[in-house]
Amino acid sequence: MNESSAGRSGFPPAYLDRVGSSFTDFLSTAAPELLPGRRPVPTLPVGDIAPHGTTIVAVTFDGGVLMGGDRRATMGNLISSRDIEKVYPADSYSVIGIAGAAGIAIEMVKLYQVELEHYEKIEGLTMSLDGKANRLAQMIRGNLGAALQGLAVVPLFAGFDLDAAAGTGPGRIFSYDVTGGNYEERGYAAVGSGSLFAKNSLKKTWRSGLPADAATRTVVEALYDAADDDSATGGPDPVRRLYPIVYRVDAEGAVRLTDAEVAAVADQIVTERAAADRQNMPREA
Amino acid sequence: MTMPYYASAEQVMRDRSEYARKGISRGRSVAVLTYADGVLLIAENPSSTLHKIGEIYDRIGFAAVGRYSEFESLRVAGVRLADVRGYSYNRRDVTGRIVANAYAQTLGAIFTEQMKPYEVELCVAEVGETPDRDQLYRLTFDGSVVDEPDFVVMGGQADAVTGHLRENFHAGMGLADALKVGVDALSAVSPATAGSQHGGHARLSAEQLEVAVLDRRRPKRAFRRVVGAALHTLLGDGASTAQTPEGPGHTPSHPAPGTPAGLGDPAAPDTAGGAGYDEHAEDGGEG
Repeated sequence: MNESSAGRSGFPPAYLDRVGSSFTDFLSTAAPELLPGRRPVPTLPVGDIAPHGTTIVAVTFDGGVLMGGDRRATMGNLISSRDIEKVYPADSYSVIGIAGAAGIAIEMVKLYQVELEHYEKIEGLTMSLDGKANRLAQMIRGNLGAALQGLAVVPLFAGFDLDAAAGTGPGRIFSYDVTGGNYEERGYAAVGSGSLFAKNSLKKTWRSGLPADAATRTVVEALYDAADDDSATGGPDPVRRLYPIVYRVDAEGAVRLTDAEVAAVADQIVTERAAADRQNMPREA
Repeated sequence: MTMPYYASAEQVMRDRSEYARKGISRGRSVAVLTYADGVLLIAENPSSTLHKIGEIYDRIGFAAVGRYSEFESLRVAGVRLADVRGYSYNRRDVTGRIVANAYAQTLGAIFTEQMKPYEVELCVAEVGETPDRDQLYRLTFDGSVVDEPDFVVMGGQADAVTGHLRENFHAGMGLADALKVGVDALSAVSPATAGSQHGGHARLSAEQLEVAVLDRRRPKRAFRRVVGAALHTLLGDGASTAQTPEGPGHTPSHPAPGTPAGLGDPAAPDTAGGAGYDEHAEDGGEG
């Protein structure tokens, strides 16, 4: 931002000129250098030196939607972070989880949060859930050049639809591809390196209309299964007290489950898995 | 022979001031008051969609009187400035002073450089961690900015409302008391309540008011509109049971008890955490 815009000369003309409710559109005229996707794309693949976030899962339940993410970021074969947060509230009624190049993804989340809040303040209304999903797709589309050099960002978006038609569930999930394709998912979805294993897990554990606590268990268990088979996904870490981040979005809004709640679910899963495994062990002589 | 057109700078400025003042005093008044938990913004405004009060940023609110199109474009500019600054620096780096300065510069430039001055008067209110950190900036059409203590009244018969408030306002009132004092002051001069039979003025009803608070106890976004049942209850006009509380609809910064990041229900004053605002909402639970 040009420093003079905040101080001596009052508002630059662009601030007073166009009427528009999109923060991103406004930035593209007033301060384009702040936008991701306006910078030169690296000419060589840089995927190995940029930390990458990994697995995110989302499931619907009878009163809304849940989203969870593990805590690991990797840089090539290194673990670059054990406690990164990859699920964020987008606004009061929606959450966003990110997989891919962490730096760009977190910047995008930050921009997206401001985008939704900005619209809300200017218009005095919140955007429809489909509108929010579509805005996110446009941001991803702008990142295609960087994605081809190993800096792909693939989010997962979920929210409580205040305008849901009678008979349909209010919790909705949207997934994306690197080109900005936007797909509404039925029931559950996962993105990131461990998504294959997470989806396989959800396929067996999740069913439609689960209550919130049972659905929470399917999320944590899916992340556990992903961590089991994917080296880039972190499992529950009782030594450091690091557990997946889980958000619940229902009629009350988006709430992050406390570490204690998630830890209880994760510990129970670990205990049950350990007990099951012991039964399979050949008896020692 | 034609006389060359000449008007002294003094005369030009005086004419512009008079023009702006006339425009502003034609409208209805807005009062901004501090109370124990933050800042209360009250406008006499029969429209429920053309707002005179708005949210600028996490701790900053906006109130205006005068020509709607003019103050609306200023409000949007303020939101943009705050959001750009918060995005490129940090949310904590957005202060009321920065927004007020930008308004002052812009209004000053318009006043001196353009034929027609803006017919607006603004208040930028910022809620602090403690009551002594609350800031109310009053901005007039010529770009003057004044940092006011306790309360600001703008538009309509502002002097009469100010006089009324001087008598009844006390620092550190509760929300219901502050609202009562503010609404009484606005009602005393409002043409909308003048025709009542019993001597004085009637009180403005919830439908004629636009009310919002900047509540320092709320995390992140302090701004919250007080509408519907919550407003009726606070005004104590007994109509609260008849009003349906606002359901989940497209209302800004809606929901949630115990929610992080400034997500509380603007329609329910008691979801902000902390003590209830008034006895009515508590159902005498302390018995």
